[in-house]
Amino acid sequence: MTDISQTPSNPPKTSIHKTDERTKKRNAAERRFKAYGIAAITAGLLVLVVLVGTILNNGLGAFQQTFVTLNVELAEAKLDKKGNRNIDDIKKVSTFGYAPLMKTAFEAKVEELGLETGLKSKDMAAILSKSAAAELREFVLEDTSRIGTTVEFTFLTNSRVDGYMKGRVTRESIANDKKISAAQLDFVDQLVAAGVVEKRFNANFIFGADASDQRPEAAGIGVSMMGSFFMMLVVLVLALPIGVAASIYLEEFAPKNWITDLIEVNISNLAAVPSIVFGILGLAVFINYMHLPQSAPLVGGLVLTLMTLPTIIISTRASLKAVPPSIRDAALGLGASKMQSVFHHVLPLAAPGILTGTIIGLAQALGETAPLLLIGMIGFIASNAPDSISAGLLSPNSAMPAQIYEWAKRAEPAFYERAWGGIIILLIFLVTMNTIAVILRRRFERRW
Amino acid sequence: MYDSPALEAALDQKESKIAAKDVQVFYGDTHAIKDVSIDIPEKTVTAFIGPSGCGKSTFLRCLNRMNDTIDICRVKGDILLDGEDIYDKRVDPVQLRAKVGMVFQKPNPFPKSIYDNIAYGPRIHGLAKNKADLDEIVEKSLRRGAIWDEVKDRLHAPGTGLSGGQQQRLCIARAVATQPEVLLMDEPCSALDPIATAQVEELIDELRHKFAVVIVTHSMQQAARVSQKTAFFHLGNLVEFGDTGQIFTNPTDPRTESYITGRIG
Repeated sequence: MTDISQTPSNPPKTSIHKTDERTKKRNAAERRFKAYGIAAITAGLLVLVVLVGTILNNGLGAFQQTFVTLNVELAEAKLDKKGNRNIDDIKKVSTFGYAPLMKTAFEAKVEELGLETGLKSKDMAAILSKSAAAELREFVLEDTSRIGTTVEFTFLTNSRVDGYMKGRVTRESIANDKKISAAQLDFVDQLVAAGVVEKRFNANFIFGADASDQRPEAAGIGVSMMGSFFMMLVVLVLALPIGVAASIYLEEFAPKNWITDLIEVNISNLAAVPSIVFGILGLAVFINYMHLPQSAPLVGGLVLTLMTLPTIIISTRASLKAVPPSIRDAALGLGASKMQSVFHHVLPLAAPGILTGTIIGLAQALGETAPLLLIGMIGFIASNAPDSISAGLLSPNSAMPAQIYEWAKRAEPAFYERAWGGIIILLIFLVTMNTIAVILRRRFERRW
Repeated sequence: MYDSPALEAALDQKESKIAAKDVQVFYGDTHAIKDVSIDIPEKTVTAFIGPSGCGKSTFLRCLNRMNDTIDICRVKGDILLDGEDIYDKRVDPVQLRAKVGMVFQKPNPFPKSIYDNIAYGPRIHGLAKNKADLDEIVEKSLRRGAIWDEVKDRLHAPGTGLSGGQQQRLCIARAVATQPEVLLMDEPCSALDPIATAQVEELIDELRHKFAVVIVTHSMQQAARVSQKTAFFHLGNLVEFGDTGQIFTNPTDPRTESYITGRIG
């Protein structure tokens, strides 16, 4: 008040070509604010680049694997002693019976290439993966007429050799390693020079099953991908209709009273509940009370449905709200019933928003790990892909993020690379889903 | 403006289409409409005029129960359509609205093709037996909406792509297509330019031969041009209701006179 009375009644004449003090201050403040904004965005981008760079740098290796190509003589004397090609008899030969074949194959290879090595054939065969014999056995059982012939077979090497090829394992790092010796690495170098050992694209990582602690080279994310797929199927089939129906009722039909207010507040609260709470709820209700099978994608899907519902309901209600009331009035004014106005006019206009919300909800569910820990979808679970839809839903399986977590906590360093590789695959899925959401929204967005 | 003296004289003999008696409307605690009684005659344009917030739109929306969609709105009193109470328990508002069509202030075509906009009403009410029937209804309605010549070559273009005036005529054609008995118009020209307004007004005058038309308007000139009957609302009361000529030249109530001469409102 007093300030006003103190201002001179005739302010001095000023030129607009000269910026006064206040304007300078305001402009400086605006410049500072812009600089903060740019700094924030730059920091964000930088972190993103570092993140993506680290993931690619650490994970891309998992898509390549080291293989050895050998000519294996499938000797009849070892595999089918009776010589009658009876499948039951052949099945009695365990992987131990196959091990000598690989030793012989290595000896033959060394002789053929004229390599000089002090290694015994047992140590040569030790560069192979522990799953090599099992793979060969499966190959023979597939077609018993292969017995007696010599076939070219590609084996996985063990994770140490693979690490050596990728630069993770060096002669210094294996000084105290019982699994591999410097002499074996020399032998590998010789084989690489001869073109017998090489790094190749590893489709098994994308499509295969997890492998035990001893065989990181054979582990793949494919089966847990199926687990994720079946869970998403359950989520989509349950959460989309329930969520959309609930939102339509709440938004368009429900009377506005304290009960609907209460429901509304609780839905918003549910969206903020930590996912692990849903996990323990699923454990208590679906497994302990309803006795659904443990570790099954069905249960995982149910838990994730509970988690996704609030997201879908909130985004659906928001997109229903965004449809202008004039459209509802127009339909009602023509004598359309409430339901006709909603289903003929409001819902089609809200559909892109609903779809976007659903896809983002699904993407969230796809990346969720915590609730899966509690319903047992973690650990070394599935070694075979499910062979039917019911098996896919009911037989124990894992999910992609749970698989990544599982790999990350295993001691064997080769699994570390696989965890990063799994993250790349998971991210590809998430980015694809979000891109689809954006495209759908752009494509079907209508103006009125 | 468009009337012959003979028609004006015949007005009083026309039977009433909608009769309202002692209608009260409350929005929560606000008493929006107080004791309104009015007889809206058949095949006549009746204009509701009055300053903003006087309740004319509210009253209009009572006539086809559009106020039902507002939770806090309560209506008391009787409104009879052809002698039947529209607020009777047995009345389904959806059925009522098919008889009493409505055109809104802002043109609100559906974001669909012109054809689908018109065909929507007949489709949901089952007015067309087959495609040819529907085509005919669409053409007839568009002709009646005085927009046929402008859109006949692009019936499958989106209705939202038309100009404002065309959109409003499309909305009128859409309302006409359901074959209502009464057409309610809530300031149908407020979003239109003078040329489009003239077209819509001409259209309203045409429609009078088929329906009872009730139009809410802010423009007294418009009321004078298109209507035969005028009702003046003020602060929720129906102040005066009579022949348009009489209201504008010789109002009985001083408030009507003040409004018409621009002293209130």
